[in-house]
Amino acid sequence: MTGYLADVAALARKDLRLELRARDTLPAMLLFVLSTLVVFHFALPTGADEVAAQGLLWVALVFTALLGLARAWAPEREGGALEGLVLAPCDRSAIWLGKAAAVFLFLVAIEVVALPAFSLFFSPLDGSAVLGVLLANVGICTVGTLLAAMAAASRTRELILPLLFLPLAIPLVVGGVGASVSTEPVRYLTFLGLYDAVFAILCWASFEYVVAE
Amino acid sequence: MIRGRGVEKRYGRRRALRALDVELGHGGFLVVTGPNGSGKTTLLRLVAGLTAPSAGTLEVDADRAGVGYLGHEPLLYRDLTALENLDLYGRLYRVPERRERIGMLLERYGLWDLRGERVASYSRGMTQRLALCRALLHRPELLVLDEPFTALDAEGAELLDHELAESAGRATILLTTHDPARVELLATARLALA
Amino acid sequence: MFAFLVAPEDADQGISQRIFYFHVPIALTAYACFGWGAWKALRLLWTREERYDLESYVGVHLGTIFGALTLATGSIWAKASWGKWWVWDSNQLVLFLVLFLFYSAYFMLRFSIEEGPRRANVSAVYALFGVALIPVSFFAIRLAEDFIHPTTFTRDGPQMTGTMFLAFCVSWLAISVVAYTLYRVELLGKRLDANLRELREALT
Repeated sequence: MTGYLADVAALARKDLRLELRARDTLPAMLLFVLSTLVVFHFALPTGADEVAAQGLLWVALVFTALLGLARAWAPEREGGALEGLVLAPCDRSAIWLGKAAAVFLFLVAIEVVALPAFSLFFSPLDGSAVLGVLLANVGICTVGTLLAAMAAASRTRELILPLLFLPLAIPLVVGGVGASVSTEPVRYLTFLGLYDAVFAILCWASFEYVVAE
Repeated sequence: MIRGRGVEKRYGRRRALRALDVELGHGGFLVVTGPNGSGKTTLLRLVAGLTAPSAGTLEVDADRAGVGYLGHEPLLYRDLTALENLDLYGRLYRVPERRERIGMLLERYGLWDLRGERVASYSRGMTQRLALCRALLHRPELLVLDEPFTALDAEGAELLDHELAESAGRATILLTTHDPARVELLATARLALA
Repeated sequence: MFAFLVAPEDADQGISQRIFYFHVPIALTAYACFGWGAWKALRLLWTREERYDLESYVGVHLGTIFGALTLATGSIWAKASWGKWWVWDSNQLVLFLVLFLFYSAYFMLRFSIEEGPRRANVSAVYALFGVALIPVSFFAIRLAEDFIHPTTFTRDGPQMTGTMFLAFCVSWLAISVVAYTLYRVELLGKRLDANLRELREALT
């Protein structure tokens, strides 16, 4: 067990190191989410209520995540390193988990700026909204990382990732928006937890088949 | 070590490897030659375990931890340094005394001075040397090398000659090359694909 | 076979009711096709036998066709019942819209990967995600009701009397038979294609 977690940690560390060195994805995501929020200000006609704005936060988050996910496996592609990882004796699911963990941390880093910005531009976010964001993050990272690996196998790569991801992101948006605006956020948070559990297990079990022949 | 009967590999309509019988005992040294597109790379990938045959049977007596593979791509992270790359693989392969082993390999292959530089800044020859280090890192009992001499400079090729001479007999080696004369003395078996 | 399809039509008046006899069985058949495709996908991953790839694909393909038909008949039903070609109120319809998007992406994915074991595996995993998505989306859409749209229309599955129920079952059976037949036909056709190709290659 510790071997597995050690592998995951080593892989996640590798991704963090790569991003800190290249510093290309995170700033782009940050700028993207802030620009999107500004666009939303102009896209919301006056009189549109606060609730509509909360919904738009989720649009911004999902598309910012897509931006990051599109490049998630790029380092592995460039030098053929993915085959190196597949050849290694570690569990293939560890490859996925390490990458997903790194993507999760990237998303949180973005949200540390984006959520306060949103509160500033539009309306304050309460605890259940933030919790909803965190729970949805898990879903985005687990499913998104696996789908990104699928897209990497495809000829159309960046083009196809949004098509694969958006239908699966719909329940996350529902859960997240519900957690923000509903009077009973617990229902939605539980739903998000359920989504995370179901799809995390599915990803964990099936990553092997996506990445190895 | 390797026993293959009627091994075939198809990718949909494309036949990458025609039905092939192959056998190699422990400690053997098999040199595979053939024109481009004859299936050399496919055969090596099958033996290394990167893919499974479409037909026939292939048994390899080594598990993933016992195989060292060198392909056309270096299988390295371009934005990491040599040290970081080897450290990652060292952890994944559970190499004992990891740091010492890495240091020893980097020195032997003349990469010690470059150890802190990103792989992206290396020349092709240096990258191939590092890829070789990666393949040798965990002291594999089965070495699968796909045209290893191609990207190496003269000095690197000599180092590889050394390594092969040392390992032959101790490890099982499967190698493809366009220049079979180079390894002629070490080879215990030869296979020419059409 | 067509007699079966005609009989329920005669049993009722009103397009809205009539469409119901098509719409719901078609929807159920679509679910069944997706489930079948996912089952074959699981078999593929479990046994690595190539033939399951084609069986899974045809299942998903048919499911998507029936899904499109569900959307079409649902749209007609909406127009007949409420005067608009699309309503967000029918959870079933919204679910099918999401599934249709999901499975359309399946084909885009499949045809952008070179033929071979990688394509088969990736398609299979995606098909499995599809069936996981069905219940999850269903709950999501239900939950979304609370803040998306106050339900102004009562969702009416028509109250079914005994004979109507019988007609419904007959229709369902008929459509299932059609689906099964299409499945065998398409599978056979694709297998013949593959065999023909192999033969051609063996001769050259």
